[in-house]
Amino acid sequence: MGEPAQVPERVPLFQVRGVTKVYAMGQVEVHALRGVDLELYPGELIVLLGPSGSGKSTLLNILGGLDTATSGEVRYRDWDLTHASERRLTEYRRHHVGFVFQFYNLIPSLTARENVAAVTEITRHPMRPEDALTLVGLGARLDHFPAQLSGGEQQRVAIARAIAKNPAVLLCDEPTGALDSATGITVLEALERVNRELGATTALITHNADIAAMADRVVRLADGEIAEVRVNPHKKSPREISW
Amino acid sequence: MRALDRKLLRDLWGMRGMVLAIALVLVGGIATFVMSLSTYDSLIFTQERYYREHRFAQVFAGVKRAPESLVERVRALPGIDKAEGRVVAAANVQLPGFTDPVIATLVSLPESGEPLLNRLYLRQGRLPEPGRADEAVLSDTFAEAHGLTLGDRVPVVLNGRKRALTIVGIGLSPEYIYQLPPGGLFPDYERYAVLWMGRRPLAAAYDLEGAFNDLVITLESGSSPLAVIDALDLLLAPYGSHGAYTRDDQLSHRFLTEELRGLETMAAVFPTIFLGVAAFLLNVVVTRLISTQREQIAILKAFGYSNAEVGWHFVKLVLVIVALGLALGIAVGVWMGRGMSGLYAEFYRFPFLIYRLEPWVIALAALVSTAAGLAGTLLAVGRAAGLPPAEGMRPETPPLYRATLIERLGLQRWLAQPSRMIARHIERRPLKALLTVLGIASACGIVVVSNFQRDAIGYMIDVQYRVSQREDLMLSFVEPTSQRALYSITALPGVRYAEGFRAVPVRLSAGHRSYRTQIQGLEPEGELYRLIDTELRRIELPPGGVVLTDYLAELLGVGVGDRLVAEVLEGSRPLLEIPVVGLARQYMGVGAYMERRALNRLMGEGPALSGAFLALDPEQEKAVYAALKEMPRVAGTVSKSTAIESFNRTMEETILFFTLITALLGGIIAFGVVYNSARIALSERGRELASLRVLGFSHGEIAYILLGELALLTLAALPLGFLFGRALGWFLATQFESDLYRIALVVAPDTYAFAAAVVLASALISATILWFRLKRLDLVAVLKTRE
Repeated sequence: MGEPAQVPERVPLFQVRGVTKVYAMGQVEVHALRGVDLELYPGELIVLLGPSGSGKSTLLNILGGLDTATSGEVRYRDWDLTHASERRLTEYRRHHVGFVFQFYNLIPSLTARENVAAVTEITRHPMRPEDALTLVGLGARLDHFPAQLSGGEQQRVAIARAIAKNPAVLLCDEPTGALDSATGITVLEALERVNRELGATTALITHNADIAAMADRVVRLADGEIAEVRVNPHKKSPREISW
Repeated sequence: MRALDRKLLRDLWGMRGMVLAIALVLVGGIATFVMSLSTYDSLIFTQERYYREHRFAQVFAGVKRAPESLVERVRALPGIDKAEGRVVAAANVQLPGFTDPVIATLVSLPESGEPLLNRLYLRQGRLPEPGRADEAVLSDTFAEAHGLTLGDRVPVVLNGRKRALTIVGIGLSPEYIYQLPPGGLFPDYERYAVLWMGRRPLAAAYDLEGAFNDLVITLESGSSPLAVIDALDLLLAPYGSHGAYTRDDQLSHRFLTEELRGLETMAAVFPTIFLGVAAFLLNVVVTRLISTQREQIAILKAFGYSNAEVGWHFVKLVLVIVALGLALGIAVGVWMGRGMSGLYAEFYRFPFLIYRLEPWVIALAALVSTAAGLAGTLLAVGRAAGLPPAEGMRPETPPLYRATLIERLGLQRWLAQPSRMIARHIERRPLKALLTVLGIASACGIVVVSNFQRDAIGYMIDVQYRVSQREDLMLSFVEPTSQRALYSITALPGVRYAEGFRAVPVRLSAGHRSYRTQIQGLEPEGELYRLIDTELRRIELPPGGVVLTDYLAELLGVGVGDRLVAEVLEGSRPLLEIPVVGLARQYMGVGAYMERRALNRLMGEGPALSGAFLALDPEQEKAVYAALKEMPRVAGTVSKSTAIESFNRTMEETILFFTLITALLGGIIAFGVVYNSARIALSERGRELASLRVLGFSHGEIAYILLGELALLTLAALPLGFLFGRALGWFLATQFESDLYRIALVVAPDTYAFAAAVVLASALISATILWFRLKRLDLVAVLKTRE
């Protein structure tokens, strides 16, 4: 069990209580989460650290409504995500959450601008796709297809796609995992800037401990449980990080 | 345009090869459907229009001789609209330089010009002028067969007197669309002609001045044909009537109807099979196509697209493919339908053709193909979208492979690693493998059934003319003739052997059902005409009764032991009661058979013959023809080789042409299926195969893994396809029973071989395409992305 969060005066955006997740992988049962308690606050940037299989992706997926918990409770504002219907979860993902995946998951047949538009077209108060791409420094590569972009650029399109809906939550699963360190830093800069300028609560998974330096709080997972929650008194900017 | 729609278009373009192949499968199904139904509709519509515009009669009656004044009394009968008396006679035509006997039917035209009923359609020239005894209009088929044109003279023997008729017109009539020579089963344009000439000279030649021997009638709407026929029979009986009959028994109309009915059956059965198979394949292919989009579905869902939106996206994808197939299929179908109905119209000598495509045909084609596409899509999208997105984006859990049966049997040391991969892959996804096999098998079955009719007909011809009818020539006498005539024929040089028969035209009835046919009296131990059933067994002719073709027995609703009433339609027209003593299953025609002497006894006559079967010395065939032409008793002859030839031509131009086209479309479907199976297998396993390349497998080795599986499934599908094709053939045969023939369930080895060749060629072409695609596998991409 982790220690309780240190910022009691604020109302949490997420409340996670006793969440477990069990997968049936073929004939094996995998306990991905074994009772997790956690709060996330508006505007904060947290980093989820932990080795492979520690349950960080599972936790992120549950927070994002991509998956549901086996037991326990997840609240987002006054929504109960654990027992939400498929329809409710779709609406939640559509209007509130932005995702960034390790492998970008862009739609290969759409240009950068169109990949972003695919999302802005279905949400309520989106940015213009061009603005979102400018925000991540890709204003000049609007009409390139994913195959014409470098890995870092693709990941920044993915970030633009995630933020273009003005999400309340930005969830990033190993956003730099497939990138070299210099490219990774530009991606992290983009994320940090979005977090700062748009005030989206950002949760970022990494197994690179150095990246944790840019977080408000660092949550370390091990074996499906929270091993440690650490408040970072001196946030570093991504420029100052190296690995 | 919305981004997702743009994705749709680009995805479609990206997989255009597959899209085209799927569309091709549909094109095959829909084109067959549209072609068949529109051809049938067009012919029926054209036939009706032709009948109406040329006032084709509804009731017909022949008499020996009746005074012209009787026509007025006929008109006065209740229910009759128009009636016209005329002279119809048979004659021999003696074309210089053509030794085969030629028979003509001569039909009188009123001196006033156009007949009231059964009007002529003149392709060229004009009607004979009143008072010109030597002018005639000639049937266009005969004119064409002999290259005769306006102004040519045709020598005709009219009632024993030779006269040269000048052709002033070339025409056709709704009455002689299907031109059967007397005694023949199939049209023979070279040896049978119809000539229309002035009433007066024709009547004079046959001693029928002021009289008629043929009556054509139309009915007031709503009047009962049966009541009219009864009244007519009563009125005409004293004049040597052969019995009035309706259009249904009119020779040309009846055969045309039977043929069109055959076409209707094909138009119903083939497209149903094709469209059904195409729909099934579309379903399978779409299901698999969408399964490969699992990850994209998960991404869209992660962004907040709902299941319905994702479903709609893929539905649109499939609808575009369906629309493409539909548009192409309809276009091809209309094109072929036009061509085919044109060919049929020419074959049947319709003066014009009105092509018709009923809207419901298109609507039904659209409905079936859309439904099949949607069912597959929704099933697959439902399955993919039912997963939580987090799971959808993860690579599928490593599938649980097991040691295969082969390995459990300890045979693995005979299989190299790649072969084991093939075996395990098939065994792990048996359903998918099964669907592929079923898809290829149904395509194979379609090709089999397309050629099945050719085999069946070939077999039936063989049975009919090599086993059953072994004569070289059949001749018929002008009227029943004493058996002595046979001796003089046997005595002709070149005749090896002759066997007489008696044929009595009758109307058989049982209860309210009746059927016009002939009772054939045959020699019990006949050598030239052996009555045999479908098992090739000789049909015994028990004395004292009649043996019926089982199809006729069914039509009449009688069985062995029942009694039939036979109304004889010649001579003194006695009414006879005959017991049914046996049934025989036969492929061709329907008949009633008796022992010849028993029939003679029943008719109360001596050993009379209606005709004879002859075996000839091939060297002297021409001489025999020439001698027979000089015999006044001989009305006509039918040579077997010409009969087979004209049968084959009839079939070639109708049914077999149709099946050729369907075989072609079946081949297209087969290719579409095989190619799709191969392409989808590649998209499902591309990553795995690329990984193997990275690990050092050669291009040949990974190609073996992919193509080996395809080969295995294709080979497994072949025997199944043969079975399926045979089952479809059986279905077709049951649908095809008619007065003219029943289809034998015979599939020649060639047909299986051809179907297998089509499937294997499709597989080979697909494999070649895949071979090159595998060369271009992006190995680096595999390393970059996950797994």
